[in-house]
Amino acid sequence: MQLDQALEIVDIPRDDEGPVFEEPWQAQAFAITVKLNEAGQFTWSEWADIFGSEIAAATQRGDGVGNEAYYLCWLAALEKIVGQKSLLTVEQLLARKEEWRHAAAHTEHGQPIKLS
Amino acid sequence: MAGNHKHSDPLPETVLRVKSLESLLIEKGLVEAAALDALIDRYENKVGPKNGAKVVARAWVDEEFKERLLKDGSAAIAEFGFSGAQGEELIAVENTDKIHNVVVCTLCSCYPWPVLGLPPVWYKSAPYRSRVVREPRKVLEEFGTKLPAGTEVRVWDSTAETRYLVVPKRPEGTEGLSEDELTQLVSRDSMIGVSEALGPTATKGG
Repeated sequence: MQLDQALEIVDIPRDDEGPVFEEPWQAQAFAITVKLNEAGQFTWSEWADIFGSEIAAATQRGDGVGNEAYYLCWLAALEKIVGQKSLLTVEQLLARKEEWRHAAAHTEHGQPIKLS
Repeated sequence: MAGNHKHSDPLPETVLRVKSLESLLIEKGLVEAAALDALIDRYENKVGPKNGAKVVARAWVDEEFKERLLKDGSAAIAEFGFSGAQGEELIAVENTDKIHNVVVCTLCSCYPWPVLGLPPVWYKSAPYRSRVVREPRKVLEEFGTKLPAGTEVRVWDSTAETRYLVVPKRPEGTEGLSEDELTQLVSRDSMIGVSEALGPTATKGG
């Protein structure tokens, strides 16, 4: 299956049973990437190129290692590849981020956060 | 619970970025929400609940540890080497004959990951999040948990900085079990508070 190919190309933090995540957003970013690949939006080698350069840049900057640093690179690469493949624009992502920020700040706890 | 309040802590930037990607891609039909959840669901039972079960079993057998856990949850789980990645506070709440605790959050990020792993899909669903606050007894019954009429139900609303762990009641008839055997009775759902701990027959070979 696709996931196994991905794991051969990119070196994901993992144990005997598969990938390891510390926080939900990491698993979400991972799952989005796997699903976009399965849908044929990009190949794993295209992904590995972009993700690899994020890792290289982070290493050069001296960013920390570990799951969080790893998935911050993953997230940055995901934002880049959806732009390169014209799936989403930077403007769309920025605008949506502010909508979520606003929605979270104006939602009473106990209510699901929704975009108006 | 201190009534209604605004979510005082802003969502972390990374969470906002992922939510933005996810919601836009779903709207455009490029990924399916259900397919994403199914993939994430595969990892939800890894690591986490086993950590929480160790904490609960220790509390059942060691009264002094239980006191420390209820007084300062974060410090007590640190004795096991578990800690919040972002330094969030862990509060342990104990179920008794008089009080039953259940945990909810409006955000998928508000869950005690160090002890429970990733949240199950239903925990993140809008129906659970809104209904457990409104009609907790009914929701608990749907999970197969019927409480005596005299038991008070407390619903704990997590925030980005405060997470709750329910210490379920130690089941009857488990006096002879070791701490290790007891961990097998502590299910993930019992630590969220939607179920009770399993009976003694649930241990391996029991």
